[in-house]
Amino acid sequence: MKIKLTFWKVVFCVIMVLGLYSLCVRYFQGLGAVSNLSDTFPWGIWIGFDCLCGVMLAAGAFVVTGAVYLLDIKRLHCIARPAVLTAFLGYVLFIVGLLVDLGRPWFIWHQLMYMNPHSVMFEVGFCVMFYTTVLMFEFSAAVLERFNLAVPLKIIRACMIPLVILGILLSTLHQSSLGSLYLIMPEKLHPFWYSPALPFFFFISAVCVGLAMTIFESSLSSRAFGRQLELPVIQELGAILYVALWVYALLRFEDYFHRGQLGNILRPSYEAYFLWAELLMALIIPLFILSFRKARLSGTWLYVASCITLLGFVTNRLNVALTGLEGSSGVHYFPKWTEASITAMIIAMGFFIFAMAVKYLPIFEDEHHGLPQDSHVTTLEQTPELARHATLVH
Amino acid sequence: MSKAILYDATQCIGCKQCESACAQQNELPYDDKVAAESIQSDHKYTVVLAKEDKFMRRLCMHCNEPACASACPVGALHKTADGPVVYDVYKCIGCRYCMVACAFGQPKYEWGALNPRVRKCIMCPDRVKQGRNTACAEACPTGATKFGDRDALIAEAQDRLRQNPDNYVPHIYGLNEVGGTSVLMLSSVAFESYGLPSSTKLGDTPMPDYTFRILSKIPDFIPLWAVVLGGVYWITHRRETVSLAEGNPQGGEK
Repeated sequence: MKIKLTFWKVVFCVIMVLGLYSLCVRYFQGLGAVSNLSDTFPWGIWIGFDCLCGVMLAAGAFVVTGAVYLLDIKRLHCIARPAVLTAFLGYVLFIVGLLVDLGRPWFIWHQLMYMNPHSVMFEVGFCVMFYTTVLMFEFSAAVLERFNLAVPLKIIRACMIPLVILGILLSTLHQSSLGSLYLIMPEKLHPFWYSPALPFFFFISAVCVGLAMTIFESSLSSRAFGRQLELPVIQELGAILYVALWVYALLRFEDYFHRGQLGNILRPSYEAYFLWAELLMALIIPLFILSFRKARLSGTWLYVASCITLLGFVTNRLNVALTGLEGSSGVHYFPKWTEASITAMIIAMGFFIFAMAVKYLPIFEDEHHGLPQDSHVTTLEQTPELARHATLVH
Repeated sequence: MSKAILYDATQCIGCKQCESACAQQNELPYDDKVAAESIQSDHKYTVVLAKEDKFMRRLCMHCNEPACASACPVGALHKTADGPVVYDVYKCIGCRYCMVACAFGQPKYEWGALNPRVRKCIMCPDRVKQGRNTACAEACPTGATKFGDRDALIAEAQDRLRQNPDNYVPHIYGLNEVGGTSVLMLSSVAFESYGLPSSTKLGDTPMPDYTFRILSKIPDFIPLWAVVLGGVYWITHRRETVSLAEGNPQGGEK
């Protein structure tokens, strides 16, 4: 165990050093020196991975908080907080990524001053800024509990439902809008990915990824932090994921059918190989695994299925942002190592901060019996029956 | 009255006077080395491409409904009433969405700069405002690049096509493409052969329409979705309260 820990620490340090070097190149020599971006290919992995995938992978919070606070699925309550933490980190790191990618990051506040309501990018930027604030409030409950600040905690809990609704609203808007970004280039984006339904695909896939990410992170953190796996929770998420993936699969099929692309996607081509990889990992393999009842009940298989799903949807976002645009631009894009090292640094920072937060803050409920329980909507806590009921649930 | 540039490739002799005048107007370096470059870049807003004895000029098309201006989150790019699509460097945050959005690949970037700017032809807005010709049109020795009112230039282009149908591809590039542009082009060879996107691929729909179809629904969508979400909460919450009142603490659980 100890050797393993040291190994990961070494990996972390190496990634950080390389990343910091690349950051210096970025800010002292400019975007051209640090990346393979060019006039013909102005958006690379910083947009494709850090932004599109980052926001997608942070979708767990709005899916889980919606299920817990609005649909009242109490069993999922114990994973709401880790999901909110992941999302909050995801968005903060997304903003860090943006500060690297923007040519003039010191003017990012112009977004609030010179608004262009016709721009999808404006809508995304605005929603992301707003939603990060909402997540900060949702997450602040954990910090306030840690320091036993009763009064602000009471205020936050009273505001929880409006915050959750606002969070889902903003998430719906910007998750789908990341797809709308690409609607303006019908002649550039390859027809495998350009569809008038792109915003809907982006939203539904964000829901799928939100579920898969929550399964992934619950399984992973139960291993890493030696906690009991909440198997019934994972099973419930797996069942919803199975349905959500079918919805997404049917819509994708419908779309290809209506646009007459079904023949083209079967014909081998550069784009088709990437599309096959995407569809195989995002849909075919997970749907196959989850179609077995035994797999839907097994923690290991659910973990495997969610990992493959995540890889598949990451491929999907990279295909939209990179593969699908290579053909029309006439160049092949592959990130420079310095470019990739900044992305690696951002991911490593995410893992590091998550581990630190879990160590020092009441994120996972079962380990912090002494602390006031975060549980439930305030109004429900007032009745003694419900308090009893709440302990039963946990 | 909206202004425009008419470029007639059949009259172009490839002298590159327009390139040089453009560089001078925009205070960009221009020497033999830059003249030899056959791509547009942050220091070359317009280029004359040569193919055997035929030429083609590339420059910002100044769309009537520019994708770049619609894409820009801070409104750093906008279409003026005179016709030019201009750039306000002070607002720009450097997201480069304009570059991705532009169907003609016109906005270029200062990749080597520490406070980089988007660079493209801005159709000499100061000269246009004073009622003068653009620098390129003024420098052109043969009249291949002509500046004037858009409607008058369209009429003239149609006239040229009618009088010498054998000299031209029967099409005015920019008349209807992406909703019409303020740069109109005539040529004797297919426009696509010089890297311009094909008219059929572009279509006549202004690019901003594709996103506005979705964006325009958002003001209606927000209250609707909020009511649905609030309603869902109200129903589940109410169910719980009722089952508690009936003395069944487990009833509220799903």
